[in-house]
Amino acid sequence: MALLELTLGKRFPSNGSSAGFELDVTLQCEAGVTVLFGASGSGKTLTLESLAGFLRPDRGRILLNNEILFDADSGVCFPPQRRGLGYVFQNYALFPHMTLEQNLAFGISRLPSLERHRRVREMMDLFALSPLASRKPHELSGGEKQRASIARALITEPRLLLLDEPVRGLDFALRSDFYEVIRNIRQKYQIPILLVTHDVHEGFLLASRMAVFEAGRIVQTGTPEEIFLRPRSPSVARLLGITNIFFGTVEELDPMADLTRIRTSHFSVTVPYLPGRLRGDTVWFCIPQEHISLHPSNGAKDEPAKENLVPVEVTDEIADRNTVHLSLRVHGPSSAPDGSQEGGNDSSRLACELSKLSYKKLGCQKTCLASLPKSFIHVFGNPA
Amino acid sequence: MPETWQQIDWFPLWLSLRVASIATIFSLAIGLILAYVLSRYRFRGRELLDSFITLPIVLPPTVLGYYLLVLIGRNSPFGRVFESIFGFPLVFTWQAAVVAAAFHSIPLLVKSARAALDSVDHTLENAARTLGASEWKVFIQVTMPLARRSVIAATIFAFARALGDFGVTIMIAGNIPGKTQTMAVAIYDAVQSGNTLLANMMVLIISALAIGILYWTNRLSENLP
Repeated sequence: MALLELTLGKRFPSNGSSAGFELDVTLQCEAGVTVLFGASGSGKTLTLESLAGFLRPDRGRILLNNEILFDADSGVCFPPQRRGLGYVFQNYALFPHMTLEQNLAFGISRLPSLERHRRVREMMDLFALSPLASRKPHELSGGEKQRASIARALITEPRLLLLDEPVRGLDFALRSDFYEVIRNIRQKYQIPILLVTHDVHEGFLLASRMAVFEAGRIVQTGTPEEIFLRPRSPSVARLLGITNIFFGTVEELDPMADLTRIRTSHFSVTVPYLPGRLRGDTVWFCIPQEHISLHPSNGAKDEPAKENLVPVEVTDEIADRNTVHLSLRVHGPSSAPDGSQEGGNDSSRLACELSKLSYKKLGCQKTCLASLPKSFIHVFGNPA
Repeated sequence: MPETWQQIDWFPLWLSLRVASIATIFSLAIGLILAYVLSRYRFRGRELLDSFITLPIVLPPTVLGYYLLVLIGRNSPFGRVFESIFGFPLVFTWQAAVVAAAFHSIPLLVKSARAALDSVDHTLENAARTLGASEWKVFIQVTMPLARRSVIAATIFAFARALGDFGVTIMIAGNIPGKTQTMAVAIYDAVQSGNTLLANMMVLIISALAIGILYWTNRLSENLP
């Protein structure tokens, strides 16, 4: 039995702030970090607000540790005060008229004063806030504010922790501090943690599970690795930052040799046998940029590491600290007029990420061979 | 007729201050509740309620006074209940002047208090709720401290307005020297009877008070955190 189970549905009136939007979310969470990932306006924050009780869904139910917090059918809807969960807001929402210490003590004011002081002190030690106890929020830095707001949420010993885009507006160093804080919390508190982000990188660093949001629905759940290797649809792949998404026709199917040949209008690839497809079927597939490798065009073609070789020309390169992002144009005959029927993705263009080292090894050749390894090519299932 | 300022009857000034103070306390209590309801709840007829509360600002004071006369007069249900409880009619007493001043200042207080409450970041209130605070604790410990300055400024403003009411007061409290004659009414009386010294004195006092109050409220609202 999962610690948190939720089914939510809400339709927003066509004149309000989230005009015509429909939220329809089903999710189960265990202890550990579940990252809610998706574009802005896909319903991630609305889901957190429904969980916290700021928003009343039209239908569905929320179960936390087997206790009903919300049930549309029986009309149960606990107010936020009685849900026993911690919420870390996007802007941290520290009370500006109180000191840091008063902010932390706010949620446990019913405790006897000795116990209250002990807990506040303990939390301030845990989050390295002790020297700042008497400061007001406007005298704190972004990172301090963030730690304070997490400490304030945790001091009430919540059964569920919700974080809404917690690293927004923090610089790189503070972000890595924050990731460490979250990993510590995950260790120390065995509670479900829901974290909203639209940063793939963050999802990878923190998530034990990830739920991908699209237009008010969860379209895929799984570990970040699973989702990245097997995105459910081209739009999920795009959301994850995969740009090599192509449309092709099944040209050859051989269960004995365990292969399927897919032809796009500019190149063809071989992938493992796809059961349930017929020759002539059309399919979408993708390959993450970092799994494409480049080889000199005069090199030996039969090395096993080099699969699905496609002759390409480098048209553009952008380098960051240790990666080179290359734009490639596919050489060779175009078998069909491109573009329109492929829903946008042009199979004459590939993107590839190489380490600076392997790019240097390649020399400055403008034309080379791109290898698309079979095991990293993901063919999307038929849309249900 | 007084010839020097020692001979001036200060009763209207004291009456005005007393009436305005009591009226402000009532306005604050009623105005804050109305402002909170208007700011926090979405309900059918909210804008209509808002319009009714604003009405006294745009209506001629005599019209408002006439309505109140009908509402609290000796023959009205309210007037009868009041008389049977307190043993005297409400109209043409200094208590009626309190009613007049309160009705004159409530719209102003509701408007500014609503703006003050609206300006409080709702996520702060939601944060307090997730931390287990009751709605009352949220209001007392989060909403009010954050809206405090603006609400105080609004209250002082309401006091100034209550102090200066003429039209409504004269309609329902009348102009009875030594009983219901407030400053504003006394000035009118003094001018009518050609008592320039008295009129000048009172006009100066009222003006000084008004300037002092405006200066104070401006300073309060400028120092917002």
